[in-house]
Amino acid sequence: MDMIAQIEAEQIAELGKTVPDFKAGDTVRVGYKVTEGTRTRVQNFEGVCISRKNGGGIAGSFTVRKISFGEGVERVFPLYSTNIEHIQVIRRGKVRRSKLYYLRERRGKAARIPEKTNYRPLRGAEA
Amino acid sequence: MRSGVIAKKLGMTRLFMEDGRQVPVTVLQLDTLEVVAKRTPERDGYAAVQLGAGTAKAKRTTAAMRGHFAAAKVAPKRKMAEFRVSPDNLIDIGEEITADHYFEGQYVDVCGTSIGKGFAGGMKRHNFRGLEATHGVSISHRSHGSTGQCQDPGKVFKGKKMAGHMGAARITTQNLQVVKTDSERGLIMVKGAVPGSKGGWVTIKDAVKKPFPDNAILPAALKSAAEAARRAAEEAAEQAAAEEEAARQAALAEEQAAIEAAEAEQAAPEEGQEKPEGGDNES
Repeated sequence: MDMIAQIEAEQIAELGKTVPDFKAGDTVRVGYKVTEGTRTRVQNFEGVCISRKNGGGIAGSFTVRKISFGEGVERVFPLYSTNIEHIQVIRRGKVRRSKLYYLRERRGKAARIPEKTNYRPLRGAEA
Repeated sequence: MRSGVIAKKLGMTRLFMEDGRQVPVTVLQLDTLEVVAKRTPERDGYAAVQLGAGTAKAKRTTAAMRGHFAAAKVAPKRKMAEFRVSPDNLIDIGEEITADHYFEGQYVDVCGTSIGKGFAGGMKRHNFRGLEATHGVSISHRSHGSTGQCQDPGKVFKGKKMAGHMGAARITTQNLQVVKTDSERGLIMVKGAVPGSKGGWVTIKDAVKKPFPDNAILPAALKSAAEAARRAAEEAAEQAAAEEEAARQAALAEEQAAIEAAEAEQAAPEEGQEKPEGGDNES
């Protein structure tokens, strides 16, 4: 393993985070730490994951899109951010693209994603 | 003024901080960085240290350089560089410098050879805007346009920015902050980008545009010093352990003596009791 990969692997181990198995099309709930003045609380952001980028390593990130008060809102989260409290998979979606940018032009019924009923967890992973 | 170091650029990654920040860092590695020669004011008229880093094959090193390395009693080096130092910060030949030379939060200047771009046009090389996409412009959308005036002055001024060779030049990036150091593996992580490609050699110096830090190690963070400190610590620990062991032994011996004494005391009356009983049985 080269030194950069080694450093990244060490950092992932040190952060001690477990990232659930999810991909584009899945509905996820991200608990994000928000600091207001001196107080910190966890804010949930729930929506459809429309893209996973840069793999599952330290540089990985994912985009979550939701419709908030009739307005589309997207947030990009780094996979291993220390600000993320938890990532929960709410629903597995059945999609044929790895990037669901086409959802940006769709509203309501057209923006639905069918549920994946035959989801099988990764070997060696729980739930 | 103390010595800088030669490092190899390994690549970039990111570090996640406790407070949620993520810091882009360049990882630089010190690879058997040793002092190969010394320039002294008496002999050379100035004070400097010549450092060598990496390892070169002895058979691919010229005889002259082999002799130079042999004189310093170091293995042939891949990359050499000289650093001006003040005379009191000269380092002995053969000493190895470690990554502890810089501390977290310190500012450094990193100097390297930038990635070559070949013959580049004005847009890429000097950020010219080029010509219009339409309005009668034909073929020359990325050209630099006019280069001067008319018959007076009748020439192109020297230093006019034009297309030409770009990159592969010596570039110094100033005031990069050291985020983390790892002396065991010889790693220095600085915030932001550093000139050159992965695997390229760079030199790191204390930032010239920041005040010299008070807690910088003078003349340099040396492996011999670190080892001496480690040995001293080990010896101290050993001594402490030996003392503790001795104290424990003494305590144990004391306990043993106390137990023995107690046993003897217990045995004495018992014996006294037993004897008459034994005598009874016998009779």
